[in-house]
Amino acid sequence: MHIANGIINGPVSAIFIVVAAAGLALCVWRAKVDLDDRLAPMAGLVAAFIFAVQMLNFQVLPGVSGHLLGGTLAVILVGPWVGALCVATVLIVQALVFADGGLTAIGLNITNMALLGTAAAYLLVAVLLRVLPRTTGGLGATALIASIVGVVVAALGFVVEYALGGTTDLSLAGIAATMAGVHVLIGVGEGLIAATTVVTVAKVRPDLVYALRAFRKTPIGVAA
Amino acid sequence: MRRRTFLITGLLVALLLAGVVSGFASGSPDGLDHAAREGCTFNADDEITGGTCMAQQEQDHQLAGSPLADYGIKGIDNELLSTGLSGVVGVLLTFAVGGGLFWLLRRREPGRKA
Repeated sequence: MHIANGIINGPVSAIFIVVAAAGLALCVWRAKVDLDDRLAPMAGLVAAFIFAVQMLNFQVLPGVSGHLLGGTLAVILVGPWVGALCVATVLIVQALVFADGGLTAIGLNITNMALLGTAAAYLLVAVLLRVLPRTTGGLGATALIASIVGVVVAALGFVVEYALGGTTDLSLAGIAATMAGVHVLIGVGEGLIAATTVVTVAKVRPDLVYALRAFRKTPIGVAA
Repeated sequence: MRRRTFLITGLLVALLLAGVVSGFASGSPDGLDHAAREGCTFNADDEITGGTCMAQQEQDHQLAGSPLADYGIKGIDNELLSTGLSGVVGVLLTFAVGGGLFWLLRRREPGRKA
């Protein structure tokens, strides 16, 4: 879901560079509290893993594919602030080295995928881990649902940006419907990958899962 | 599993996904590209032949000529090899940049030398 140059006009792209910079500054400030000698290498691994899985486009409809954005995976494994920085790191490497996602559009892309998508995912994770059964199934279901919502919220971020500064004269309702519809399907794909990943980590090393430390003080039922 | 073993295993999985599995990923436009193409007609070479769509306004990436642009390595014609190697570079680079950044940002524990 990387926006290319030219789809959103210059002024709106510039505003979102400021929005993204402010958001990332807040994340850096808050991440310092979470980051210690144990979490820092784990966060580097999460960023590298998201880069890898973002390369794996899967088919969702004939002629349409999608890839994981990684927000849900990141917030469950390393928390909201560090998680947002993991996704942003991936987006910056992709834009600067792999020519994926326009440089002018970097603020738009960071806002949608690193900030909005992860924030929505984290809010859901915080609620679902408290109400769903304290089992690996509950953790997997949390990852699946949070992924679907996180991806759709990121897609709607694009729709808002297009409404503010789209360079073509197209029906906003049509774009919103296409973006939301396709991204529900992509969100299901992301959710299956995210659930598999976090459940695997929770079985091997539950102590390395940030969300289990934060919302399940006694990680009973996590052991397989 | 020890933490170091966990990290190395995780990195190897990421390298395998980006280096090998990536060659079998779908080549279809992703969700946003699909929405960007809606309203236009395309010929067999994927050039726009008519209509109105977001993709018409798309401009080239500023770094489109860079050696790793579009997840390939310039000069390597074998697509699987080119994609796979660029993925390996990307995973290692992201781990280095991200890991380095997070290591610098981390809270230093008092009384413990870094």
